[in-house]
Amino acid sequence: MVETLADTVRVYLLLVRMWSRAAWAYRTSFVLLTVATAVVTGLDIVAILLIFAHTPRLADFTLPEVMFLYGTSSTAFYLADSILGTVDRLGGHVKAGTFDVMLLRPARALVQVAADQFTPRRLGKVAQAVTVLVVSLSLLDVPWTPSRALLVPLMVAAGAVIYGAIWVSGAAFQFVATDASEALNAFTFGGNFLTQYPLVIYGREWLWALTWIVPLAFVNWQPALYVLGRPDPLGLPLAFRFVSPAVALALAVVAALAWRAGVRHYRSTGS
Amino acid sequence: MRAVDRISFRIDSGEVVGYIGPNGAGKSTTVKMLTGILTPSAGHIRVAGLNPVRQRVALARRIGVVFGQRTGLWWDLPLTDSFELLRHLHRIPSARYRENLELFTELLDLGAFLHIPVRQLSLGQRMRGDLTAALLHDPRIVYLDEPTIGLDVVSKAAVRSFLAEINRERGTTVLLTTHDLDDIERLCGRVMVIAGGRLVYDGSVDGLRGRVNAERTLVVDLAAPAPRLDLPAEPPGARVIRVDGPRQWVAFPATASAAPLITAITARHEVVDISLREPDIDEVVRRLYLGGLRSSAAAASSVGDPSGTDDPSETGGRSATSAK
Repeated sequence: MVETLADTVRVYLLLVRMWSRAAWAYRTSFVLLTVATAVVTGLDIVAILLIFAHTPRLADFTLPEVMFLYGTSSTAFYLADSILGTVDRLGGHVKAGTFDVMLLRPARALVQVAADQFTPRRLGKVAQAVTVLVVSLSLLDVPWTPSRALLVPLMVAAGAVIYGAIWVSGAAFQFVATDASEALNAFTFGGNFLTQYPLVIYGREWLWALTWIVPLAFVNWQPALYVLGRPDPLGLPLAFRFVSPAVALALAVVAALAWRAGVRHYRSTGS
Repeated sequence: MRAVDRISFRIDSGEVVGYIGPNGAGKSTTVKMLTGILTPSAGHIRVAGLNPVRQRVALARRIGVVFGQRTGLWWDLPLTDSFELLRHLHRIPSARYRENLELFTELLDLGAFLHIPVRQLSLGQRMRGDLTAALLHDPRIVYLDEPTIGLDVVSKAAVRSFLAEINRERGTTVLLTTHDLDDIERLCGRVMVIAGGRLVYDGSVDGLRGRVNAERTLVVDLAAPAPRLDLPAEPPGARVIRVDGPRQWVAFPATASAAPLITAITARHEVVDISLREPDIDEVVRRLYLGGLRSSAAAASSVGDPSGTDDPSETGGRSATSAK
């Protein structure tokens, strides 16, 4: 088990190195896209600052608190995006026949799809999100008990696994419907957008749906309520603040099973 | 839809087998099942003792695959980078890797373009790169799906002699699908023909010629233009099929001996030169495809459905490609 995991990581890093070198073959494009990405992700935080230029609180949340939500959600999201965001291009691989080629290599297909077209540029978004998170931590006015401090890295890790699981499940669905990547984006990019703000601003119905149907509330909302010392608007028990890792694990298992079923039902293309 | 149906064969270690059939016959489907890409809906497949779908990664270490129309190489990087990656993925010992790369560089003449990005290579160069990539890890079995498609004569010859060499020197088992029957004639001791998803022939290349009413042709050059040749009664079926000045073409059944025919013609006419043409394998295969030849013994519907179910409508591909 440990050996398999180590080998998976080794293969992933080998492929990441190959794709990074390939990306560097187009240096101008690489530099321009890096700048463009930095500007676009930077706009997210500008939007939050603009809101707080007009109001001191958003649904009773202060600026450092919203920055904390943004920082945790985005760090988790962009980590998952960097590591395996390209799995949403699976439909393209199926259509182009390149998925066949991946199945001929002595490596897990999921690892190859995840590493596909990797570019170091993606890490820039993680850096931006981490910066916001660190700034918010220095501004937050909460008593830093060990359990609060420990929950922060844990929620980021669990959040990344939740996003990753959604990505992989969505990719698995593309074995059946090759054009489904747009629908998938609604859950990933859309989910990241939603969880950057206090979920309570969307109203109780949405809050309920994001807890029980698409469990994005466990990416950062539930644990953040504990860290920020706030009551749950839905009145869920205290235990819910700490179940994110379990939710992440459960979703990861579902995603792995969906992926396996997808590969087994893979139909390839002609010739 | 059923792509292939009740195909059953066994390939022994060290064989070079041609797998031919018209477009859409099921060739690629078979190869994809043998490599673990596709899961058969019924039947058994064993390759090198492994179940291709369940043990795909382990199998990938023992086989090499070339899809002529698709590359496994890194488009924006030089060949050496792709080869290095494969060295790591397959955990090829350094000494073995260097030895193989040196040998393949020499046999396939890769030296001039090893360090050029793959996207800048010609089709022939890229194919030679793909062949190397498929064989660096010393696979026991190689599948080649149309390896000579679109190649010029020189590249084709290079690919063929390379494959022959690898088979001879290392005993690598080769399964080759192709539309180029020259590939088959030059490389394969055995040929399997698939049509409409069924195996319609499995045997030697010569046997393939005998299976349909193939004909050989004598090209007779006379001293001077003459009326149609006066042919003997033996072999039956011999006839002049074309006259062009002093040259005449005589067709006769491929199974008959040419000797009595030549003797009779030279006895009755003043002949300058005679040459014998073997039946064109293209023509043989065309007849086989069209003839709706009933499954030969090797198609073996009698082997039946090894999964033990009675449903004859499912794929029953059983391939034992022994590699030990």
